[in-house]
Amino acid sequence: MPIISIRNLVVEYEGRRVLDGLNLDIEQGETMVLLGGSGSGKSTLLRHIIGLERPKSGSVFVKGIDITRCSKAEMKAVRRSVGVAFQSAALFNSMSVEDNVALLLREHTALAPSIIELVVWMKLAAVGLADFGKLQPQELSGGMKKRAAVARALALDPELLVLDEPSAGLDPIVAAELDDLILFLKEAFHMTVIVVTHELPSAFRIADRIAMLYRGAFSLVGTKDEIRKSQNPRVRDFLDRVPADTAKMQAVGTYFERYLQNQEAN
Amino acid sequence: MATVLESVGRKTLNDLDYVGSLNIQLWATLRAMVTALPFVGNRYRWQATVRQMLDIGVDALPMIGLMAICSGFILAMQGASELRRFGAIHYVIELVAVGFSRELGPLITAIAVSGRSGSAFAAEIGTMKVTEEIDSLRVMDLEPVEFLLAPKYLASLIAVPCLSVVSNFCGILAGGLFMFFSTHLGLMLYLHYVLTSIQLRDVISGLIKSLAFATIIAHVGCLEGFRVRGGPDSVGRSTTTAVVRSTFLVIVADAVFTAIFYFTGKM
Repeated sequence: MPIISIRNLVVEYEGRRVLDGLNLDIEQGETMVLLGGSGSGKSTLLRHIIGLERPKSGSVFVKGIDITRCSKAEMKAVRRSVGVAFQSAALFNSMSVEDNVALLLREHTALAPSIIELVVWMKLAAVGLADFGKLQPQELSGGMKKRAAVARALALDPELLVLDEPSAGLDPIVAAELDDLILFLKEAFHMTVIVVTHELPSAFRIADRIAMLYRGAFSLVGTKDEIRKSQNPRVRDFLDRVPADTAKMQAVGTYFERYLQNQEAN
Repeated sequence: MATVLESVGRKTLNDLDYVGSLNIQLWATLRAMVTALPFVGNRYRWQATVRQMLDIGVDALPMIGLMAICSGFILAMQGASELRRFGAIHYVIELVAVGFSRELGPLITAIAVSGRSGSAFAAEIGTMKVTEEIDSLRVMDLEPVEFLLAPKYLASLIAVPCLSVVSNFCGILAGGLFMFFSTHLGLMLYLHYVLTSIQLRDVISGLIKSLAFATIIAHVGCLEGFRVRGGPDSVGRSTTTAVVRSTFLVIVADAVFTAIFYFTGKM
């Protein structure tokens, strides 16, 4: 049984359809990359997978529980099995890095403080931040913040790790280090990983399968090879970095002419 | 005409929506507040409550003390300039003592706390909203109302009445200093007159008001923070709105409570 099943997911904001009847299964232990350009709906899809928003219609099953209709107790159980690292890292600035990681353990477990300290050190060591636990989040670099966010997401040993744009805003070397970290975590903890990104090298490095989003619908869902070989025009445009019409001089000229005609008509 | 009616209707609906949101938030916080209590609640929430009490209460003491002393002098001097003409300068003592314990002490405190802490609540929660920290709390199964709001509200309920008592004391003391310098009335005698002129119900009515003011300041500040949409500029707007709305609502609540106490014969 897939760990996540999305069925006919429709999301609208003020009448504007953002996700249009999506269907997707994510299997236990696989790394699924949600790939797409800006505004394609990948972050919106992610927010629905982690239960932050309710869709207009459709269902999102996480471990067999429909989180769009479940009770609070069921949602609690689901949330404790999911670790999320947000695009902005979203570390609590009023706490040190180790307190950020310890927060979940203090709140949701009855572990002794010495055990919590040990677990926190292990999680920070897993992401290469063992020596930085005492620092405040604002003292960390961009890449370190993202690593700390991953350490916090790992605190309760989740079955599912969700990463929103992990390499956005990072230089290529730090981004590659984060890719290595994701591969290492998958290998070490055997967890299912969902990554939202628009970075092609990163996606092809870490993915088992890739779901390509375009304007709220999947253009293609498949393995890395299937994506590479695809002749789907949306996929090809994205892979071959073909600019949209808005960036072409001819298109800009046409818009300008239309604008002038409208002005004259008025 | 239709446009005017439309805009009045829209404004009314928005205001009703705001009041409704405040009520929902208040009940949710009251339900979650048991977690912020010492001994029976979650010890991390109580620690957060103590930190908030230090921020709201202890850090504001010098400012509120000074504001109360200045207001005490002003009230005594304005009162004396009129009462002296009728040979009734001794009524300044009653004016300052009753005025502060019923009215000015809680009001000055509320305005100062609204400016300091109400704005800080809105800015803190608003920034957390913008930086996805609120979302982060929710996905970690930590309810923002319980995690953020309950400690702030409990701390306000404890700190604001305490600050009001300090404000009363400072204001009345300023009145005593004025009387000493203008009429050479000894401070002990002044204190005796103060104690005979105010009654326990004056102090209690002031404390009831300060509890209401604490509720308004904490909830308006936090609600403005939770309503932040977009980027950092909206945090700035929500901070300003929090101060303006909470100050306005504090004065409205003050008028309502004063009327209730007046017409029910409590004053």
